[in-house]
Amino acid sequence: MENFGYHAPTKIADAAQLAEANEDAKLMAGGMTLLPTLKQRLAAPSDLIDLAGIADLRGVCRDGDEIVIGAMTTHAEVHESAVLREAIAGLASLAGQIGDPAVRHRGTIGGSIANADPAADYPAGVLGHGATIVTNKRKIAADDFFLGLFETALEPGEIITGVRFPIPVWSTYQKLRHPASGYAVVGVCIVQTKTGVRVAVTGAGPSAFRMAAMEEALTKDFSVKSIEGIAVAADDLNNDIHASAAYRAHVVSVLAKRAVASR
Amino acid sequence: MLIEVNMTVNGRAVSGKVEARALLVDFIRDHLRLTGTHVGCDTTQCGCCTVHVDGKAVKSCTMLAVQAKGKNVVTIEGLASADGTLHPVQEAFREHHGLQCGFCTPGMVMMGVDICRRHPNADEKTVRHELEGNICRCTGYQGIVEAIMDASAKMAGGRA
Repeated sequence: MENFGYHAPTKIADAAQLAEANEDAKLMAGGMTLLPTLKQRLAAPSDLIDLAGIADLRGVCRDGDEIVIGAMTTHAEVHESAVLREAIAGLASLAGQIGDPAVRHRGTIGGSIANADPAADYPAGVLGHGATIVTNKRKIAADDFFLGLFETALEPGEIITGVRFPIPVWSTYQKLRHPASGYAVVGVCIVQTKTGVRVAVTGAGPSAFRMAAMEEALTKDFSVKSIEGIAVAADDLNNDIHASAAYRAHVVSVLAKRAVASR
Repeated sequence: MLIEVNMTVNGRAVSGKVEARALLVDFIRDHLRLTGTHVGCDTTQCGCCTVHVDGKAVKSCTMLAVQAKGKNVVTIEGLASADGTLHPVQEAFREHHGLQCGFCTPGMVMMGVDICRRHPNADEKTVRHELEGNICRCTGYQGIVEAIMDASAKMAGGRA
């Protein structure tokens, strides 16, 4: 990879100042996607701003009816969090399904959603739970965050500080794992709240999306039968060497039914 | 521009000057001459470069040396006791023939130790799931899985 300047700020404000002062700089969380990208020379930032030294960005805690996860909390820490397992077991399980143990020791929730890989697991969890992404500047609803392929609502230099998850009645995440990369060929997150059901899908489209027809049906009647007749359109889904769009559409339906059946 | 890095490797305080882009595995192999840590795929998939950073298994091909500043790093060379007594996971690999060509073995053993610490008395399903990030092209994994299960039981029983 090309060389770069390296910065390790210990305060969010210092990191933001560095990012704003240099538009060719890149923020680094766990580096599980960024470092391979640099190695392939698909990116060559002038500077890396490493967020690992900022203690305020780490940890999982409960705040009333919400679980707050710091942006630099690793997948392993999220997976093992006793507070989270008690409040949102489905989300703790999702974190344990990402990559492999070594990747889970480095990769972070903030890095994953800022990168918005179409096959990443967290986007489905964040969207499904109707979470709020907190940055150093504002709060962004998950519904307004994922805009497209590797595209989010984040502005240049804006730093995710944490994610707030409303505690649901119940949730689960089911995925068809790509056997080599560990990414989701398709992943489906189903969340029951007091007011209704949310269904979010990752891996299938350019970015995570919700399945309105399934949400409506499951809100009326939470059963496998109620979503059996709902067709998933393959039109805008991903079509690649690993899976055709039609296959992905089929798997969305299979995983959704499997998720409901696991209740 | 070179950056000064200090860390503890296998209990020894070490330092060196590296470029920001230098990988941790390159620092370990080229600067410290600890060549037990291997580079297989160089793309975070095969696990041959697995080392422990602050007690956790990570792939040292996907971490910068500067990110390990001030950390406690353990490589395969740091597992056995000073008198040459093998770590229980190393011993189990020998007993169960958990290797053939040996190229993936340092990473397998380092991941094995991490698995044993997190999963006392690990069952076969757990070990196979936890080994998803470590690839072996010789053994078919059977001996490796048996070795880690055995070491996990022995370590949980306090023999280690």
